[in-house]
Amino acid sequence: MSAADLVTSTPSRRGPGHSRTTRIVIYGLLFLFALVYLVPLLVMVMTSLKPLDEVTGGNMFALPRHLTFAPWSMAWGEARIGVSETRGISGYFFNSVKMVVPAVLISTLLGALNGYVLTKWSFPGHKLVFGMMLFACFIPFQSVIIPMAVILGMLGRIGVNLADLTGWSFGLGNATVNLVIVHVIYGLGFTTLFFRNYYAAFPSELIKAAMIDGASFFQIFRRILLPNSTPIIIVTVIYQFTNIWNDFLFGSTFAAGDTAPMTVALNNLVNTSTGVVEYNVNMAAAIIAAAPTLLVYVIAGRYFVRGLMAGAVKG
Amino acid sequence: MTAMTEREAATAMARRKLGPSLRGWFQDWLPRLVLAPSFLLVLVFVYGFNLWTLFLSFTSSKAFPTTNLVGFTNYVRLWNWTFETDPPSNWYTALVNMGLFGGLYIFFCLFLGLLLAILLDQKIRGEGILRPIYLYPLALSFIVTGTAWKLFLDPRIGLENALHEWGWTSFHFDWVVDPQMMIYCVAIAGIWQSSGFVMAMFLAGLRGVDGEILKAAQIDGASTYQTYRRIVIPIIRPVFFSALIVLAHMAIKSYDLVLSVTGKNPGGAAELPSTFMYSYTFTRNQMAVGSASAVIMLMTIAAIMVPYIYSETREQSR
Repeated sequence: MSAADLVTSTPSRRGPGHSRTTRIVIYGLLFLFALVYLVPLLVMVMTSLKPLDEVTGGNMFALPRHLTFAPWSMAWGEARIGVSETRGISGYFFNSVKMVVPAVLISTLLGALNGYVLTKWSFPGHKLVFGMMLFACFIPFQSVIIPMAVILGMLGRIGVNLADLTGWSFGLGNATVNLVIVHVIYGLGFTTLFFRNYYAAFPSELIKAAMIDGASFFQIFRRILLPNSTPIIIVTVIYQFTNIWNDFLFGSTFAAGDTAPMTVALNNLVNTSTGVVEYNVNMAAAIIAAAPTLLVYVIAGRYFVRGLMAGAVKG
Repeated sequence: MTAMTEREAATAMARRKLGPSLRGWFQDWLPRLVLAPSFLLVLVFVYGFNLWTLFLSFTSSKAFPTTNLVGFTNYVRLWNWTFETDPPSNWYTALVNMGLFGGLYIFFCLFLGLLLAILLDQKIRGEGILRPIYLYPLALSFIVTGTAWKLFLDPRIGLENALHEWGWTSFHFDWVVDPQMMIYCVAIAGIWQSSGFVMAMFLAGLRGVDGEILKAAQIDGASTYQTYRRIVIPIIRPVFFSALIVLAHMAIKSYDLVLSVTGKNPGGAAELPSTFMYSYTFTRNQMAVGSASAVIMLMTIAAIMVPYIYSETREQSR
């Protein structure tokens, strides 16, 4: 049983019997903390449902007197994002979707193949290779961002030349493609780690038997390992999805203006210095930006926690 | 090792069927060919790029990278800035803030994480409802977290205003708009976001402690406090270590949280090494200085992570 399973599935099975007063204190503290963790989200939701004068002139803990969904439609379709011409965050939301789907799929598939090779087809030096790939998980992205900017700039120029020659840039220089490349590369460490640890515990006898039956490298992967990988695929997909959707540093560096992902657009919306600050619209936009990852957490919290723990302590 | 015998078995199979043909050779090398692209990508984009940044830190690059080497000049500048306190240099502010933010963030995440884990481990009814509440902030991006806390702590419409409306008119809390105190608000938002995760790590540790030991302690008449203080916490010491490493790593990498809580870090008041690196490289046209600061960040993280990864992988193979 992994460390995360201990958190998510085992019910409390011990602990000394406490007196009535102690139990009240324990429950009181737990309830108080739950409130502290919940209140910012509740305030966000309530603020997004109030007209602006009620936000600026009222108590943030008060329930909306004039319930309105106008801030939500403003945020989605009309709000001004920085200096961009495009109105509303909807375009940026879909930028993020277009970036996150291919990046998650590619990095997960590569991680699965890498984990398969590193555990079931290991070769001399496989530990060193894995150790070196693991380091990719932990570098501060500041230390790779300048070279990345240079390389992506070069790819962009190649793309322009290709477009002149053939009429198509092959995606080179496209901000979404750039971000997919970046997120796949810097996600490889984690996806490889997840699948390597999972496949290490997979019985080698099954694979040996398949080899004797003449199954090829890819047949074994597709027919034997993949059908048995559902839990780790879910963990990896959730982990990568959350990380890539929530990324800001790469998005703000490599995708400017209309091509920016959701987090960057939200930051531009909230931190514009011009005009009246529309707190209610900002909060609606923030909730929309948080919705996909929150939804994943609500639906598959168990796997979510497992991924985090595996990324931290390799439980 | 079983893995080797598997490979040998496969190779033998391939040989038996195909002989020492090109196809046999291909079958033999196929796994390595599958791994190669990923490994090459990491080699170039992680190791190569780090070396590239290291190289840039020894050049005189301004807005664009150059190859004009200037030795340790950029590091000497950072070193001098480290002691430039009046008026404080951006680098000095970044280091002081890193200490404040990192210290508070790590301490309170560990403290709250352990406290919540111990409280939850007391045969609590409704644990299944409480646990996800402590953990959900982790699903939010730092930008969303920062946006929420910026509103929550805003004195005009947030906490201060709310308490004034409720009659506590002397209450005063404007740190989020006070350049001197902003960094503490970044720490508050960070602690709110990450302490649930530390709670989960500690809870896993606590649930892994053998119940028999605790029963024995109880029979010997140890109080709950004594049991935790003398028995449980020493047993779960490795969890402290893991959590400490993870938190230190996250603190050094923190970037988006500062921008969103403070509203793009006005005047560099909440500067951290990460924001320092970004602004020197991309807005102040001092790419070489930015690179040098990035190298220092990388070195610090490597000093924390490399021994940790080494010990973790060693433990696994044992």
